Amino acid sequence: MAAAMPLALLVLLLLGPGGWCLAEPPRDSLREELVITPLPSGDVAATFQFRTRWDSELQREGDTDHYFLRYAVLPREVVCTENLTPWKKLLPCSSKAGLSVLLKADRLFHTSYHSQAVHIRPVCRNARCTSISWELRQTLSVVFDAFITGQGKKDWSLFRMFSRTLTEPCPLASESRVYVDITTYNQDNETLEVHPPPTTTYQDVILGTRKTYAIYDLLDTAMINNSRNLNIQLKWKRPPENEAPPVPFLHAQRYVSGYGLQKGELSTLLYNTHPYRAFPVLLLDTVPWYLRLYVHTLTITSKGKENKPSYIHYQPAQDRLQPHLLEMLIQLPANSVTKVSIQFERALLKWTEYTPDPNHGFYVSPSVLSALVPSMVAAKPVDWEESPLFNSLFPVSDGSNYFVRLYTEPLLVNLPTPDFSMPYNVICLTCTVVAVCYGSFYNLLTRTFHIEEPRTGGLAKRLANLIRRARGVPPL
Amino acid sequence: MLDEPQEQAEGSLTVYVISEHSSLLPQDMMSYIGPKRTAVVRGIMHREAFNIIGRRIVQVAQAMSLTEDVLAAALADHLPEDKWSAEKRRPLKSSLGYEITFSLLNPDPKSHDVHWDIEGAVRRYVQPFLNALSAAGNFSVDSQILYYAMLGVNPRFDSASSSYYLDMHSLPHVINPVESRLGSSAASLYPVLNFLLYVPELAHSPLYIQDKDGAPVATNAFHSPRWGGIMVYNVDSKTYNASVLPVRVEVDMVRVMEVFLAQLRLLFGIAQPQVPPKCLLSGPTSEGLMTWELDRLLWARSVENLATATTTLTSLAQLLGKISNIVIKDDVASEVYKAVAAVQKSAEELASGHLASAFVASQEAVTSSELAFFDPSLLHLLYFPDDQKFDCLFFCPISQHSTLVH
Repeated sequence: MAAAMPLALLVLLLLGPGGWCLAEPPRDSLREELVITPLPSGDVAATFQFRTRWDSELQREGDTDHYFLRYAVLPREVVCTENLTPWKKLLPCSSKAGLSVLLKADRLFHTSYHSQAVHIRPVCRNARCTSISWELRQTLSVVFDAFITGQGKKDWSLFRMFSRTLTEPCPLASESRVYVDITTYNQDNETLEVHPPPTTTYQDVILGTRKTYAIYDLLDTAMINNSRNLNIQLKWKRPPENEAPPVPFLHAQRYVSGYGLQKGELSTLLYNTHPYRAFPVLLLDTVPWYLRLYVHTLTITSKGKENKPSYIHYQPAQDRLQPHLLEMLIQLPANSVTKVSIQFERALLKWTEYTPDPNHGFYVSPSVLSALVPSMVAAKPVDWEESPLFNSLFPVSDGSNYFVRLYTEPLLVNLPTPDFSMPYNVICLTCTVVAVCYGSFYNLLTRTFHIEEPRTGGLAKRLANLIRRARGVPPL
Repeated sequence: MLDEPQEQAEGSLTVYVISEHSSLLPQDMMSYIGPKRTAVVRGIMHREAFNIIGRRIVQVAQAMSLTEDVLAAALADHLPEDKWSAEKRRPLKSSLGYEITFSLLNPDPKSHDVHWDIEGAVRRYVQPFLNALSAAGNFSVDSQILYYAMLGVNPRFDSASSSYYLDMHSLPHVINPVESRLGSSAASLYPVLNFLLYVPELAHSPLYIQDKDGAPVATNAFHSPRWGGIMVYNVDSKTYNASVLPVRVEVDMVRVMEVFLAQLRLLFGIAQPQVPPKCLLSGPTSEGLMTWELDRLLWARSVENLATATTTLTSLAQLLGKISNIVIKDDVASEVYKAVAAVQKSAEELASGHLASAFVASQEAVTSSELAFFDPSLLHLLYFPDDQKFDCLFFCPISQHSTLVH
């Protein structure tokens, strides 16, 4: 390695017309947020959201053509530290300032639920959508268990959850806030106490219900200056009531039924628990090619009667090239269970395609449900810039319903697996049978008899003859 | 100085011999090397005129085209290490394309709000250079800004000049901690060249790089062979007067691009030519690259490609000799035939001096030989257990009694 040599310059730089123009490319804007939701069971859920928006025009050849959309899914991939590290690298102030200081892998993976996402999408810059900017959103949700992480105590603080506290805001962020959900505990300060006491609160209709949040703004200099760090604490004055949380209006289940290794049936149950409103649901199923679906057996029943979907799109699978794609728009009647079932046959794979012996089986990816669920309380339309990030991930234009995307559980199926020791067994058996049969027949057919003189001579001579016969030499 | 009459083919050279007293060249200069594959040599009226002029022409031609050290540089990887110096290992290995990344490292965004017009700078300075080099491969350029990216070394304080310095021995340790954040090698098909511009933090400003004599380096930059270059950009202390942090810093792209372009030339192996005595070298062109320098690069690359392709094919043949379980399918075989044909064609074209087609053929040779060598289907039967091969002999003991006929 050498230091740069003094440049006897071979390079002559030509100044462009207009010298060096200071036309500045627009700056990216970063907003970050943390939402802490204490749950009635004593657990606490924390959701981080980071949004970077930039205004440069990325190259796009025309509009997005739907023929170029791709969908891919990798079922049963366990998320671990190797997924968190590159995710953190996308954050400008990664792990050094702002809310990303709290992202420590040893605490985040010691939770009962962990979910990470990256969304990149174009957003309209104005109401008429004449120009667009690009938005990168990163979300991370964790649920801390009261018994595992909290050691049985139901009091939570930032230090207990993340083993860190917040010290300074990220200098690149235009907004850096922590929201604490104090909906049920707003009226009386006797159930849950939040410390330090919040200066402002925020009220809005989130996912159909009215919620109240306490806001801690890191960019507010008074917040951090007093104690140099911010450690938000939640203390339960009275133990939380063990009431069951309200059942969501839309939930789903999926399972495989049947017996044996030849056939089976794939069923999805969609529950609509709204007392009087029916709403449509878009169901997207991607089934791998080795489960050969019989689309003529597709049945959709609600409340015992057949339910015809208003839209079906089916793309059959091609062996080893692409999976089945089934997309349907189903109207769910109010307060009902809808069952979508389809029968399939399991395929026999080539011998190099089987996974090694100690395996679970083959995974089938979850189905995706997207719906606009009617809300109990009407919400006012979302103004992109003003509202917090957790409200603007899926904004809707009218407040009477909210958008929900659900994933069912992934399934595990067994495929008929041949016995791989059979080639060896066959070779052994066939060779033995052939040798014995063939050998006997050959002997029978070609054995010749000749007269033998009675043997004279003692034991020694007989032994010697035996040996000579074995050697193939004529006897004495 | 001289106007170029027509476009020259790659790999060719035109030398004009002018009269002894002509005024085209300054009086004491014997020859001139132009930017576009032309040279002028002064003639002489002498008994040994042909020999003298011939020697001068040979000197000029050696400066502008293939010589032994160009070949040595090309084959540096295939030769034992002690023979050639570390200089030969500086340029990047030959590849079908390259990716160049410019990164701005700002470890202290609370104090410095740094802005750089990288798009304009690339368009004005880097792109013309890469266009001139386009025969050597595909180039792509991108840029990024990284915050809170520290150098791995703590600079030391020099009270004499009240500045911080990094001495030469700590420079090798600078790159590793930063490299994990650059994120370049993961997602690119081609080798990556990284150029980093580091704006030191307020606590360590100003920061200078010292060479082995302890004097600060004029350009405040260094480069690492086959990797890229790093330049330290000190913020002018006058900008701190207002004392409101963060301070807005506008990077002077001319100064920065001067250094990066020079490092780019070195990393591609475009070295300073050996100019013969009393020879005038033409001034720099606006792209930063003379056409015959590109020719030298293409020659070196062709030779290097041929060496790589032959080594790969030879290794494959040796492997086949040692491991009997390797499967050679038809498409792998056709790649091998293609590679051999391309090597032969490239060698013929090099011998006859057609540089452009030789270079293209050598690239095809490398691609085909690597496709053949790294094909995954070669190993399909590698783990066929030996005991299963001998199962067919299972019947031997049993059939013994039938084969002994008596």
